[in-house]
Amino acid sequence: MKAKLVYLAAAALLATSVQGADKVKIGYIGTLSGPSAQPGIDMRDAFQLAVKLNGGKLGGLPAEVLVGDDQFRPDVGRQLAEKYVKSDKVDFLTGIVFSNIMLASAPIAWDNKTIYISVNAAPSPLAGKDCNPLFFAASWPNDAYHEAAGQHATNRGYKSAYLIAPNYQAGKDSLTGFKRFYKGKVVGEVYTKLGQLDYAVELAQVRAAKPDALYIFLPGGMGINFIKQFVAAGMSNEIPLITSGFGADQDIIRPVGEAMLGLFDTAHWALDLDNAANKKFVAAFEKEYKRLPSVYAAQGYDTALLIDSAVRDTKGKIEDVEAVRKALKAAKFESVRGAFKFNRNQMPIQNYYLRVVAKDNQGRLVNKTMGTIFKDHGDAYVQDCKMK
Amino acid sequence: MSWILILEQSLNGLQFGLMLFLLAAGLTLVFGIMDMINLAHGSLYMLGAFIASTFVQLTGSFTLGVLLAVPATAVVGMILEMSLLRTLYARDHLSQVLATFALILIINELVRLVWGSDAALPGPAALSGPVELLPGLRYPSYRLLIIGVGLAVAVLLYLLVTKTKVGMLVRAGASNREMALAMGVNIKTLFTLVFGVGAALCAVAGAMLAPLFAVQVGMGENILILAFVVIVIGGIGSIRGALVGAVLVGVVDTIGRAFLPILLGAFFQPRVASAAGPALASVMIYLIMAVVLYFRPKGLFPARG
Repeated sequence: MKAKLVYLAAAALLATSVQGADKVKIGYIGTLSGPSAQPGIDMRDAFQLAVKLNGGKLGGLPAEVLVGDDQFRPDVGRQLAEKYVKSDKVDFLTGIVFSNIMLASAPIAWDNKTIYISVNAAPSPLAGKDCNPLFFAASWPNDAYHEAAGQHATNRGYKSAYLIAPNYQAGKDSLTGFKRFYKGKVVGEVYTKLGQLDYAVELAQVRAAKPDALYIFLPGGMGINFIKQFVAAGMSNEIPLITSGFGADQDIIRPVGEAMLGLFDTAHWALDLDNAANKKFVAAFEKEYKRLPSVYAAQGYDTALLIDSAVRDTKGKIEDVEAVRKALKAAKFESVRGAFKFNRNQMPIQNYYLRVVAKDNQGRLVNKTMGTIFKDHGDAYVQDCKMK
Repeated sequence: MSWILILEQSLNGLQFGLMLFLLAAGLTLVFGIMDMINLAHGSLYMLGAFIASTFVQLTGSFTLGVLLAVPATAVVGMILEMSLLRTLYARDHLSQVLATFALILIINELVRLVWGSDAALPGPAALSGPVELLPGLRYPSYRLLIIGVGLAVAVLLYLLVTKTKVGMLVRAGASNREMALAMGVNIKTLFTLVFGVGAALCAVAGAMLAPLFAVQVGMGENILILAFVVIVIGGIGSIRGALVGAVLVGVVDTIGRAFLPILLGAFFQPRVASAAGPALASVMIYLIMAVVLYFRPKGLFPARG
């Protein structure tokens, strides 16, 4: 009798497994602990919110999102990627915040014909000569915010600028991007130690150089420290400070506070962007998590919507990787940033806005949109990409 | 490159050094007297900052908040010592490193549970701007306060250690623990007291630096490494060594970061200077440590003979 039951069960299992995907599995790896965890936490929260608002489904199929914490370490990211791709056999790998962790982990997906969708990091080699059909960036090309900031500085007529960034690949890329669109004179280009706390030394040098503007790329705790000290030195009244959106969003605003008022920054999204998808997103995020979403949260949310559109447009046949790629590339979804389309190197072409930190009508500190710097802007590396 | 700039950077170095001294003093006493490597010392610094941010929010006053946070952190430190760390004194250094490293991770996550990843601690509004020390030299007034507090604490510690009975016991324990035990000193209470004082010093540093830096989980780790370098240079168990070492480290690091890139720029291309400058500057402190250890393996002012 027992043997008969076992045979019946096996037959039933076999029958269901022939039909194809009955759910979509996502491997989500993010930096969720440590001093630089807030962006990763925002992205994950927004991603899960999108799935929840969709009734726990993506593209009509029940979604299973496996979440792992890479602890800001590439080796842990790799281990998680191995587990999700090889043993859990996820349909999409996504979520990683930092370029170095992503470059260590995403190749595991590519070697196993799994698509990697970046919620955040999109370094320039992947936009150019190393572009990969299994890599999609739902965020922006790494240089984009800095290019927009350089353009803003040029638009404002600042004749001289002093630049500060941390001494690692993304830091060097950021200042390269700024200089690409800044037409004035660079009077100082300083690379500080990654994770440095005290900027009194650099601030004194800036004050002695007397530039027309100061541009910084100091994400996470570094930016918090710098801006606090910049204001304490009395320099916020003397020298205009420009930063990229990474240095001026909610994760920095909360610890720094009112010292941020009047700071200009650039990003592809802001809380007050006037489209239906964004209004729904901001309201839902605030209701669910009792805090305002940052630009990182907007990216996480959009990534989920992108995956949703691809699964829907392939009518659930997600084992066909080519079909999924085509659907992803078409990007037929309502993005919270407004217009969204992919370039042929699978990096976004989108608008970049000038934002300023100000108070909203409830007295909270937010980034308000001041204007559009670039419309339908791609990246400078696409000509090196051999994909069609 | 002007005298004003050099003066300003010197003040920066002094300020940085004095805050390092607060951390190093507690660390060197614990290492010197209890022979315990306490990696969780940086976590006490972090706890001091978070507790101060809560008290400042509750009382609405920066001074009151900081004054309350210092004994509160000292109490936390003493509880930690009595419950957990006491068992580590008899063990070897590796076990102490493992155990206190685990403590760092646990305290980090506990802080995240209670306060979240970060907290805001604004400085006193009256000191939020610069002060004109000399014509052309405008220095943040809050940093002047830090220098003042650091010097005051240094003087207080000096008086405590050289002019009081407790201080004499501390010096005896640092100089020769077995002999102090044999002479009937109540080691248990002394150790707890020393740990509490170390925690209090951490809290002062954490609370004073919080308005300048970010109060966030994991803020103790970076500064802990520097504190260890300071006590190695200064000599384990010696507070005077901690002060000299801390000011030395602070000034060398500051001058290195400020003027090395300029110096390199005079000899090399700007691209090379801007890449090599920061790299060399961050290494300067360790170079100094190596040089000091070469000539004085026990540090500049060793407590033990």
